Amino acid sequence: MDHRPQAWGRPRDDVYGPYDASYLHNNQPKTATQSPIVTGTSVIAIKFKDGVVMAADNLASYGSLARFTDVKRLRPFLSTSVVGFGGDVSDMQFLDRHLNELAIDEAYEAEGCSAGGLGSSAQEPDASPGASKGQLNAANLHKYLTKLMYRRRNSFDPLWNQILVAGFDSASAPFLASVDLRGTAFTSPSLATGYGAMLAQPIMRKYAATEEDAAKLTRDDAVRVVRECMKVLFYRDARSLDRFSLAVVTRDGVDISEDEVLEQQSWAFAERIRGYGTQTV
Amino acid sequence: MAAMFSQNPLMNGPNYSVNDAPRIGAPEGAREHRFDPYTDNGGSTLAIAGADFAIMAGDTRLTSGYSINSRFHPKLFKIGGTTADQKDATIVLSVVGFAADGEALKERLDAICKMYRYRHGKPMSVKACAQRLSTILYGKRFFPYYAYAILAGLDEEGKGAVYSYDPVGSYEREQCRAGGAAASLIMPFLDNQVNFKNQYIPNSGEGHALVERERRPLTRREVEILVKDAFDGAVERHIEVGDGLQMMIITKSGIEEVLLPLKKD
Repeated sequence: MDHRPQAWGRPRDDVYGPYDASYLHNNQPKTATQSPIVTGTSVIAIKFKDGVVMAADNLASYGSLARFTDVKRLRPFLSTSVVGFGGDVSDMQFLDRHLNELAIDEAYEAEGCSAGGLGSSAQEPDASPGASKGQLNAANLHKYLTKLMYRRRNSFDPLWNQILVAGFDSASAPFLASVDLRGTAFTSPSLATGYGAMLAQPIMRKYAATEEDAAKLTRDDAVRVVRECMKVLFYRDARSLDRFSLAVVTRDGVDISEDEVLEQQSWAFAERIRGYGTQTV
Repeated sequence: MAAMFSQNPLMNGPNYSVNDAPRIGAPEGAREHRFDPYTDNGGSTLAIAGADFAIMAGDTRLTSGYSINSRFHPKLFKIGGTTADQKDATIVLSVVGFAADGEALKERLDAICKMYRYRHGKPMSVKACAQRLSTILYGKRFFPYYAYAILAGLDEEGKGAVYSYDPVGSYEREQCRAGGAAASLIMPFLDNQVNFKNQYIPNSGEGHALVERERRPLTRREVEILVKDAFDGAVERHIEVGDGLQMMIITKSGIEEVLLPLKKD
C-alpha cells in the first residue's frame, strides 16, 4: 500500500507548488482589544447633597444582539466608592479583577496600620469600614484609573471603557469623575457615558447644573432623576434594557441594588412615530 | 521522482511573496475600527505679557465632538511650587488640545520643576523652564503630546514673559499668543489691540507714508478687559469655547486667580 499523502489525494507539489504554510501563521504583532466586542451601554450618575447616585442597565450586547441580560456593571470598591463601566465587558472584567486585587492589598495595608505597625503608638479606634485611615478614596481611585488608562493608551493597547467613579474626596465632599479609553479625565456635578451623554445628561443638568445645585438635591430627588433618565434611555437607546443596577454612595457606605426594573413605562408615543415599519403613510 | 515530493520552493513553480499571501481574518480594508490615541477636547487659551506682569487666560469647557463633557475643567496650572497646592509657584502653564496629554505634560513639567527646586535650592527661572518644556515636548517627537502649551511668568528683569509652543517643542518668546480652538479668531484681534498692527495715525500720509501708531505697553486693567473681550468674541463664534473664563495674573507679589462667567450655550 502506498502510504504517502500524495497518493491519497494531497495536491502534488510539482503541479500545485508546495503548501504555503504562511497561511497558518499570523505574523502581525499581538493585539489586545483593538475594537470592542461585547459591550455595555450608558452609565449615568448625579451628585446630591450627601453622596452620589449612579445607574447602568444589566445588558451586555454583542453588536446589536442583546447577548447577556444579567451583567453587573456597577462595582463597589472598599465599600466607600462605586465604579461604573461602559464599553467592552471583557476589559471591564479585567479591570474588576485588578481593582479587587487592589482592594485586598489596601485592606491588608489598613490592617497593618491599625495593628500599630509603622510607628503608630496611639491605639486607633475602629472607625467606619473603609473610610479614612488613609485608605484609597474615590478621588484616589479615579486618579489611579486615569493613570492606568493613559498608560494603556500610550502602549496602543487600550482598555475600551468609559468609567465613572463615585464616592468621596479627601475633604469628604461628594466626588464624581469620569475617565475614558484615552485617559481623558474630568469631573462634573452629573456625568453620563455613551448615549447617556446625549439623552440623560441634559435632563440631569436641569436638576444639577452647578455644584451648588447638586448640594441642594436630596437623595430621593437624585434617585428619582436617575430613574427618569434610565427610562428615557430605555425608550430611545436600542442597546439598552429595562433591568438596571442602581447605586447610592453616602458617607455610611455603598448601597447597590442590582435588580431594579423600570416602572410605569408608557409606549403610547410609539404609535405616533411614522416613517419606520409597515405603515404606508 | 525526488522533485515530486520536494518542499523546496525554487523547484516547484511560483510561490507567494509575504505580501501577496492572503491574511487570516478580515479581508483587506474590512477592519471596522482602529484605535486612535488622540482626540481634540476643544477650548482656547490666551496669554499677554505686560511691563511688570503677565496674564494667562483660558476657558473652562471640555468637549468631545458636539458634547460638553464638563463646564469646569481648568486649563491653567501653576508650576513648580514647593507643595501640591502650588502656593509659592511663580510660573503658569496652559495646555489646550488633547486633555489627557495636556494633563500628562503638566505633571511632567511640574515634577521636573520641583526636582530642580530641591536640587538647586531655588525656583526655576521662566527662561530655564521654557527651554525644559521644549525638550520635554521634543522628547516625544514621534508620538507627540497633542497639546498647545503656553508658559507665562516674569523674567530676570521682572518683565512679563510669554513663551508659546507647538506640539513638538518649537518655541518662541512673544508679547502675546492665543492657542487652541479659537486661536485663529483671537490672534488677529490681539495683533491689532496689543501690537497695534494696522493702526495708523490719521492724516499722517498716503500709502507707505502712513505713520504707524506708536506701540506702548498696556496696563494691567486694559489687558484684563482685552482678555474678557477676546473670549466673549470667541464664545459667540466657536462652539467649543465657553462656560467659564479662568485668568491668572502673575506679578512680583505672586499669582492672582480670577474666575469669570462666560456664555454656557
